[in-house]
Amino acid sequence: MSDLNLQPNIPGADDFYASLLAAHEGLTKAESDALNARLVLVLANHVGDRAILDDAIAVAKTAG
Amino acid sequence: MNKIFEVPMYAYTRSKDQDSEMPVRRPVVIIGAGPIGLGAAIDLAQQDVPVVVLDDNDKVSFGSRAVCYAKRPLEILDRLGCGQPMVDKGVEWNVGKVFFDERKIYEFDLLPEDGHERPAFINLQQYYFEEYLVNRVHELQAEGKQIEIRGKNKVSAVGAHDDHATIEIDTPEGPYNLEADWLIACDGAGSPTRQMMGLDFVGRVFEDNFLIADVIMEADFPTERWFWFDPPFNKGQSALLHKQPDNVWRIDLQLGWDIDKEEEKKPENVIPRLKAMLGEDVDFELEWVSIYTFQCRRMEKFRHGRVVFAGDSAHQVSPFGARGANSGLQDTDNLGWKLKLVMDGKAPEALLDSYDYERVHGADENIMNSSRSTDFITPKSDMSRILRDAVLDLAETHDFARPLVNAGRLSVPCTYDGSPLNTADALNGPERTRPGSPCPDVKLGDDYLLRKLGDQFTLLTIDADAPDMIEEDGIKVTRLALSAKDDTSGALKARYLGDEPSAVYLIRPDQHVAARRASFDENLFRAAIRRATGKE
Ligand SMILES: Cc1cc2nc3c(=O)[nH]c(=O)nc-3n(C[C@H](O)[C@H](O)[C@H](O)COP(=O)(O)OP(=O)(O)OC[C@H]3O[C@@H](n4cnc5c(N)ncnc54)[C@H](O)[C@@H]3O)c2cc1C
Repeated sequence: MSDLNLQPNIPGADDFYASLLAAHEGLTKAESDALNARLVLVLANHVGDRAILDDAIAVAKTAG
Repeated sequence: MNKIFEVPMYAYTRSKDQDSEMPVRRPVVIIGAGPIGLGAAIDLAQQDVPVVVLDDNDKVSFGSRAVCYAKRPLEILDRLGCGQPMVDKGVEWNVGKVFFDERKIYEFDLLPEDGHERPAFINLQQYYFEEYLVNRVHELQAEGKQIEIRGKNKVSAVGAHDDHATIEIDTPEGPYNLEADWLIACDGAGSPTRQMMGLDFVGRVFEDNFLIADVIMEADFPTERWFWFDPPFNKGQSALLHKQPDNVWRIDLQLGWDIDKEEEKKPENVIPRLKAMLGEDVDFELEWVSIYTFQCRRMEKFRHGRVVFAGDSAHQVSPFGARGANSGLQDTDNLGWKLKLVMDGKAPEALLDSYDYERVHGADENIMNSSRSTDFITPKSDMSRILRDAVLDLAETHDFARPLVNAGRLSVPCTYDGSPLNTADALNGPERTRPGSPCPDVKLGDDYLLRKLGDQFTLLTIDADAPDMIEEDGIKVTRLALSAKDDTSGALKARYLGDEPSAVYLIRPDQHVAARRASFDENLFRAAIRRATGKE
């Protein structure tokens, strides 16, 4: 495993979650899908570490 | 005026071999006078190997087909004696623009690195390329080299044996047979040789069709590569516009999967599509139209005893990235010197297995790159389209997303990492010249490094001592002595030394690095020469 942080790491978790929902407010399904896709790309670029990204993809895949 | 691809370039003439009672045995027979068969033939003839090229046709490529040629193949063509006409006629380009819907979202410049004799890319119709190759064949014939192209010689059967191959050929005057010590199959993606030998060709077919149109027009579009995702004139699909010499423009329009190819090819259907793209009042003439389904696949092995496959017969890629003809020339570049050494008894037949290893590696890299481009350009699921569009939307305003835009990763030669011919890297030098790499060019006064390397084994020394020549078991290696001071631009140092004060490189006839160290050591370099020729 890489340094992928799977421990709580977002201060004010409820606020963050509310912002995420707010961003999708009033959007159609297609607009929301597009927003999510852009968000994933922005965050992935910020992480910028291939090992962490691979692990994150793996975690996301197994949780569903 | 007739187009060059309408005129027979190597018309049928009767060969003495057709009158022989027993099949004549030839050292090398090549099937296919496409760019790869001709390239292989020239390479071998230049090394005094007699070659016969058989082709079922007698003309150069019908229509432009491949239009984009990269630096490495141009360097190979220099060695084959026809790089200059390509560059003289070709259109050089560096700028690409990417459009999404109605917006230009970004622009790139290939920013070619200084100190290379050849440009990053030229555009040129494949028929010109083949014409220059045929001209070169005629030049070699005039010099007395044994090289011939037999037009209207259609191979109808091939037999593979331990130490030769048999070939049955149909001609306008009836059939005849030949034998060959070595048979090189350059008979294209549909390779009849591959089929006659019952060999596999597995991979992926992309469920999409592209209309390829070459139009002649006086237009003031700049000499740039323009690529559209989802343009208003081809909704939901992609498009490409690229310039060739003689006011010929290449246009690719993605059509989707469920289409009637014959219908789509008719001028009455093609012309409105092109007008929608170019504008109602632009005058143009159609030169060539074709519809393609893209495939990415390769043979499991490129060498089958005395039969060797090269070019599209061995591997096929989608055209995004211009990797077809470009990589096929790298096949012949890899094969020519090896076959010559084996035929002269200076290397074991096993050396040819490294052709298989190295060029399969190259084909896999090309297939991976062109599959990824195709997946980006023609998304195959809802989510892949959503992600693709997200990349394009972000790329318009954010630099970070631009490297993710994939409208074709343009052909670059591969490094033969892990090749059995490489000696472990013993220099703490630049990555790009590690063993297995193609040598990058450097300007040296009025000359260039690659010209000096030529097509023989070379010991390149940079501020290091070594003998002027070493001969190891029949392989002659001559020294090319350079100093970092020879090149004030610093490119020689940056490309071959890095932080090291000196270096000695063993360079193969195809200008790939076989071994490198900081200083000369006779035993180690002798071992490296043996290794590079399949003897260890
Ligand atoms: C639309 C399009 C765009 C492309 N763009 C590019 C590009 O920009 N850059 C690039 O590098 N590549 C490009 N390519 C790919 C390129 O055209 C091919 O990779 C290249 O032509 C392969 O050369 P080849 O010599 O292996 O095969 P081919 O050119 O197909 O030649 C095969 C030859 O074998 C002969 N032959 C076949 N069967 C027999 C037989 N039974 N007997 C005797 N002779 C026979 C044929 O007549 C033909 O002359 C493009 C291809 C297409 C279709």
